[in-house]
Amino acid sequence: MRRRSFRGPVLVAVALALVAGACSSGKSSTTATTATTATTAAGSSPTTAAGPLKTVKLQLQWFTQAQFSGYFAAVDQGFFKKHGLNVQILEGGVDIVPQTVLAQGGADFAIAWVPKALASREQGANITDVAQIFQRSGTLQVSFKNKNITAPADLKGKKVGNWGFGNEFELFAGMGKAGLNPGKDVSLVQQQFDMKALLSGDIDAAQAMIYNEYAQVLEADNPSTGKLYQPGDFNTINWNDVGTAMLQDAIWARTDKLADPAFQDTTVKFIEASIEGWAYCRDNPTKCRDIVVAKGSKLGNSHQLWQTNEINKLVWPSPKGAGYIDPTDWNRTVQIAMGTKNADGKTVITKAPDAAAYTNDYVTKALTDLKAAGVDVNGTSFAPITVTLEPGGN
Amino acid sequence: MAGVTQVPAVAERDPHVAAWRRRVRRVVMFVLALAVLAALWEGYKWFGQSVGDRVFGWRLPARSDNGSMPHVWDVVRRFGQPERRGTSHTIGATVAAGAWFTFRVAMAGFVVGVVVGMALAVVMQRFGVAERGLLPYVVLSQTVPLVALAPLVVGWGGNLTVFGIRWQLWMSVAVIAAYLAFFPVAIGGLRGLQAPGSEAVELMDSYAASWGQTLLKLRLPAAVPYLVPALKLAAASSVVGAVVAEISTGTKGGIGRLIIEYSREATSDPAKVYTAMIGAAALGLVVAALVGILDLVMMRHRPQVGS
Repeated sequence: MRRRSFRGPVLVAVALALVAGACSSGKSSTTATTATTATTAAGSSPTTAAGPLKTVKLQLQWFTQAQFSGYFAAVDQGFFKKHGLNVQILEGGVDIVPQTVLAQGGADFAIAWVPKALASREQGANITDVAQIFQRSGTLQVSFKNKNITAPADLKGKKVGNWGFGNEFELFAGMGKAGLNPGKDVSLVQQQFDMKALLSGDIDAAQAMIYNEYAQVLEADNPSTGKLYQPGDFNTINWNDVGTAMLQDAIWARTDKLADPAFQDTTVKFIEASIEGWAYCRDNPTKCRDIVVAKGSKLGNSHQLWQTNEINKLVWPSPKGAGYIDPTDWNRTVQIAMGTKNADGKTVITKAPDAAAYTNDYVTKALTDLKAAGVDVNGTSFAPITVTLEPGGN
Repeated sequence: MAGVTQVPAVAERDPHVAAWRRRVRRVVMFVLALAVLAALWEGYKWFGQSVGDRVFGWRLPARSDNGSMPHVWDVVRRFGQPERRGTSHTIGATVAAGAWFTFRVAMAGFVVGVVVGMALAVVMQRFGVAERGLLPYVVLSQTVPLVALAPLVVGWGGNLTVFGIRWQLWMSVAVIAAYLAFFPVAIGGLRGLQAPGSEAVELMDSYAASWGQTLLKLRLPAAVPYLVPALKLAAASSVVGAVVAEISTGTKGGIGRLIIEYSREATSDPAKVYTAMIGAAALGLVVAALVGILDLVMMRHRPQVGS
């Protein structure tokens, strides 16, 4: 029996660090990926059956962050309670797919990107988009100014980063629209979920969510100036402008449960309170940030405020009413999902989803109620604030 | 001459002094190893920076700039700084709290894993049919990727109430830790229970000892040398399982979750990422040390074989 030497523990430590390292690189991918599920009763109080409150579970795509601020605000400000709902918010995780959790009955509502949810739907998940909270896409293609990439056509011959895993279709559709063949005309680079490859010059144009990775770049030190990188150092391609944006965060519910009048009523109330929460965040971005931070987000204060502000821009203004699923946007999303092939030659879905894939029935009722209660559901006069990012997002 | 050499010789003969020497030497070696690691890190960084990360036109395997490899002292300093601006809570305190959470979950998984593993070992030893039937599945169980398993376990636990207690997410993490921990115990335990030679078993038979008596008085004591390394493996596995399960399912409170949370800031605050990783490594060290103590306790009455 040879006694343990110091090698044992060191090996364990190294192994752990390796595991941790491997996982962490895989992890952050999902930050923007948004393909996540989990089941954390996010610090919410235990369900008390007492009282008239109906308990409803909402599955997020990722950890607590301002991307979901409207729901946290609705909990914090008592908007859900006002409608007789006790909402438990379940955080996401690296391997948690919200629409799958929803389809399996682990949650009553889930937040998911439309193309990803449609892909799950085609594989049998019986779910319906009941409110399109994000009216716009938050995906950018970011490059240094001196690369002169201001439009998709400029990507020709460049090293183009993309996340893959279904996050790349807006980029591919944009390149296709500009007459580029993504397989031949650009060199595609599988991108990590941090932005180091862009900053070190390994890729010319990197994918970024405007509310997260783009902010990370602007929180990093520019070695040549000794200060933070500035927006003026970069060009960004915004897919909303190019016309290949796909719908992102939406509220999904189970199609079969929606046949139940009681659940229909719950759905209207849930959407109503959620939109009120989003309106609160539009009008009180700083307070809304504080609510999210109080819920345990680890992101820095300025990063979180930036995210709140950018998310507000994706939700507001909302000419047809917040949460309304604009058929034009929906159809464009479906067209791209069916017609655009990724690097593996795959499309998101193979055939058009049936009519049950989305409905404006509940959101329309919710909007009517909210207007009657005097809530501004259009945000026509919405003006974003100016956020100064600090080093490290702190 | 004789007088000079005699002093250490006497000391060597005193087992207590020798044991303490070993311990001190171990601590010194550990600190030295850390220092060597830090020196290698900084040395690589310095070399990479001075040659522009290229040697004879070949790119070095890892970039050496501050964004990819922060200075050791930057990482250490980060432990003492607040996690977020305007709060007094330091990163060090957060990492320690996360490691403590993960430690408790891993230990819950470890205990469950050891109980299940031992039960399986006993059943497999008792019934040859069980060994032939179960063993392939025990081995097979470890080939299921954890990342595929974790969301499933979380899904099953979603609406569960056990003995009046509502299923908590950390319990799913503990189950995954147990899933990794039971394997070495089952395999090592089975091997250990089968260790006594036929003459020993026949002796017990000649006393008309029951199966239970043979198990308690012969097989279990004989299994201890096999169980000690199995428990070491199980403890390490339970920590890895807990960390990976936390990462996979996003369980709040543990070191795995912190690793993800912090690595989201890898672009702008690279030193922070390493604080959580160091926390995870330290947790592994602590668990290894605890199992070392268990080893000492369980093996204290056994003759030392070899050195």
